[in-house]
Amino acid sequence: MSPDFLKLIFGRLTIESLPLHEPIVVGTFAVVATGGLVMLAGLTYLRLWGYLWREWFTSVDHKRIGIMYMILGIVMLLRGFADALMMRLQQALAFGGSEGYLNAHHYDQIFTAHGVIMIFFVAMPLVTGLMNYVVPLQIGARDVSFPFLNNFSFWMTVGGAVLVMASLFIGEFARTGWLAYPPLSNIGYSPDVGVDYYIWGLQVAGVGTTLSGINLICTIVKLRCPGMTMMKMPVFTWTSLCTNVLIVASFPVLTVVLALLTLDRYVGTNFFTNDFGGSPMMYVNLIWIWGHPEVYILVLPAFGIFSEVTSTFSGKRLFGYTSMVYATVVITILSYLVWLHHFFTMGSGASVNSFFGITTMIISIPTGAKMFNWLFTMYRGRIRYELPMLWTIAFMLTFVLGGMTGVLLAVPPADFVLHNSLFLIAHFHNVIIGGVVFGAFAGINYWFPKAFGFKLDPFWGKLSFWFWVTGFYLAFMPLYVLGLMGVTRRLRVFDDPSLQIWFIIAGIGAFLVFLGILSMLMQFAVSFLKREQLKDVTGDPWDARTLEWATSSPPPDYNFAFTPVVHDNDAWWDMKRRGYQRPLTGFKPIHMPSSTGTGIILAGLATAMGFGLIWYIWWLAALSFAGLLVVGIGHTFNYHRDFDIPADDVIRAEDARTKLLAGAK
Amino acid sequence: MTVAVHPTQSGEPVFYVADEHPHPEGYSTSLGFWIYLMSDCLIFAILFATFGVLGGNYAAGPAPKDLFELPLVAVNTSMLLLSSITYGFAMLTMQQNKVAQTQVWLAITGLFGLAFIGIELSEFAHMIHEGATPQRSAFLSAFFTLVGTHGLHVSCGLIWLVTLMVQVQKFGLIEANRRRLMCLSMFWHFLDVVWIGVFTFVYLLGVLR
Repeated sequence: MSPDFLKLIFGRLTIESLPLHEPIVVGTFAVVATGGLVMLAGLTYLRLWGYLWREWFTSVDHKRIGIMYMILGIVMLLRGFADALMMRLQQALAFGGSEGYLNAHHYDQIFTAHGVIMIFFVAMPLVTGLMNYVVPLQIGARDVSFPFLNNFSFWMTVGGAVLVMASLFIGEFARTGWLAYPPLSNIGYSPDVGVDYYIWGLQVAGVGTTLSGINLICTIVKLRCPGMTMMKMPVFTWTSLCTNVLIVASFPVLTVVLALLTLDRYVGTNFFTNDFGGSPMMYVNLIWIWGHPEVYILVLPAFGIFSEVTSTFSGKRLFGYTSMVYATVVITILSYLVWLHHFFTMGSGASVNSFFGITTMIISIPTGAKMFNWLFTMYRGRIRYELPMLWTIAFMLTFVLGGMTGVLLAVPPADFVLHNSLFLIAHFHNVIIGGVVFGAFAGINYWFPKAFGFKLDPFWGKLSFWFWVTGFYLAFMPLYVLGLMGVTRRLRVFDDPSLQIWFIIAGIGAFLVFLGILSMLMQFAVSFLKREQLKDVTGDPWDARTLEWATSSPPPDYNFAFTPVVHDNDAWWDMKRRGYQRPLTGFKPIHMPSSTGTGIILAGLATAMGFGLIWYIWWLAALSFAGLLVVGIGHTFNYHRDFDIPADDVIRAEDARTKLLAGAK
Repeated sequence: MTVAVHPTQSGEPVFYVADEHPHPEGYSTSLGFWIYLMSDCLIFAILFATFGVLGGNYAAGPAPKDLFELPLVAVNTSMLLLSSITYGFAMLTMQQNKVAQTQVWLAITGLFGLAFIGIELSEFAHMIHEGATPQRSAFLSAFFTLVGTHGLHVSCGLIWLVTLMVQVQKFGLIEANRRRLMCLSMFWHFLDVVWIGVFTFVYLLGVLR
């Protein structure tokens, strides 16, 4: 066959594109492929495909979608953490003339993939998953505003993750760092597919994130149950609202900046080039106008989780609810006014740097207010040290430390010394792990019994907790030291042997975190096996305060047989205190949205289009695009998207719960 | 929603709605569509900002003065403005439940939109023919991207318009179709507003530059 013909079919994808010369990648591929095949065979053997398709993949139930987001986040955490371990090992080894075990080509891909995966495909799915699951329950709604869109958003996020994962085995990933600054990411310096995987992975996932943001804003604004005014919303719902506002107001910026980079790479425009009037600094500004709000997108819901957990496990109303809400809103606004602190060294001048340094320091005020609110909530409370509360306390200690190093970095002269050093790396891991990751774990341990009807095993949970916390400190405190000594980020080999001990300590820390992750997986497995012992039939295992605990665990498809009416911030607490009687009669049919496969099909087509564009397989891209149009427009011809759950089904579900509750007493 | 949240006459607090009516279909749609439009507005904002920063970087290539033909742009602008007016007429006839007239106004709107796209494409072809390609300078990259993104939006609007005309023909002016026409109306007027920004900021100020 002629090379031209092959090129027409496969674009620039050739047999050389497969990383067969990299034994580490081939080994990984063998393991992943075997594991994948075993899983597929298992699903086929157990005849689960039909069940998965009907009950999960095509489901528009916010609870199912929330759980699928969590699974995606945890699976991708394993990949992102494998990258972290490899980096720690490389840096601990590559001293005294040793090259370590990773070549530069591979190492550069690893640190890029680690950042991209951890932010976009671990932290985002975990946060979005929790919001998806909990928010409609907390506001007494039956689902989100646009259930089909919710399913589509999830599958677009999966599509982005699939593209990033594909880069491991077909071609390569970007070698640019997680934000792909030009001119390095431009076609002249990165002619291969790595940056294109980066671009299309993020664009496909970004569509999902933006739409899910719009969806959740509408849900919170329009679907709150009667009596729940804005200032009676649970704090987690408030922080979710602010986070989704941030998503909608910042992800379009990412979309545009990546689109401009795409044009530079594919069409040869001159937005971020060095010549013909282009400006790489424009890219750095734009991407951080998205990037800084992004860190608050991740951490605000975590703040919400800690608020719920603190008041529940202290057995007290949250201290300073109003100030908590205002602090959240102020952080939301301020997060747009600080982006330049990521590049004080660009040379914008003293006045500009001072402005952004000061706004950055101001953010610590509302954050500090939150910290005091949590402390005062615990003060004189009857604190129960269950797993969610343990994670919350670890967060409070760790986040204060990370916040203080952040304020230090906000001082422009100090930043000139510490810019892009390991001090910075330690700082942002300190706040992201201490804030977002601990928050997600607190949330998982807190809401797991709601989602599955049994608690998570405390022994393995505590083991995981202690491995994570000690591992975190061992892994990142040495990086502060190294950063102050002037070691910069993303280095592969080192000359000065006196630094090695710090990297070895950090490596040991990373290994402890690894044990923490294993313990967490064990925790899930053990809890599943011991689910009868850990069972909760009340629907309210923690004696909690907000509406999601008013219904059964797991909640029925329709969430609440009757829409609740709210009189107090802690609605469920108020109901319990004032002798709420669960209704036993008078059930009516409930109107619900129907499942649809359109979301997963559209996302599959979008992913195929991304793959075609990455490899210059134009026919595939064009065909998938045409498919997107046809399926998308075809879907709008379906006017019957809802159905009624018959009253009999509601009665059956509620009667079953009545029996369970009677048995529990 | 106004549901009694106060204690009933017997003094017992009400904790759930016994007699519930589901939210009407499309209850959140207009809010959702507005938020979507604002996110789209942000896309244009960033493109405008990019044009603002890079718009003067001609790289020794052609400048707005050498390229823009204001009379042609004026004709083009009037096409889009007229299409907004005719869309307004379509909405008025929709309110009166007149299917045929609504369809006629929608078709006229579509033709104006098509004329707009046609003139824009011929302008682009002319510029590229003269060597003023998107690759020539950062100014031209930013110009083609900003104006082209707007044109792409109008094209999507046209596809949407045709789809809706088919749906109105098939199912009539039912509630769902009215809601969709309303959304497209917002989208169409939004693109009009953006174009006024493009016309002023890119063309008029460009020629003055």
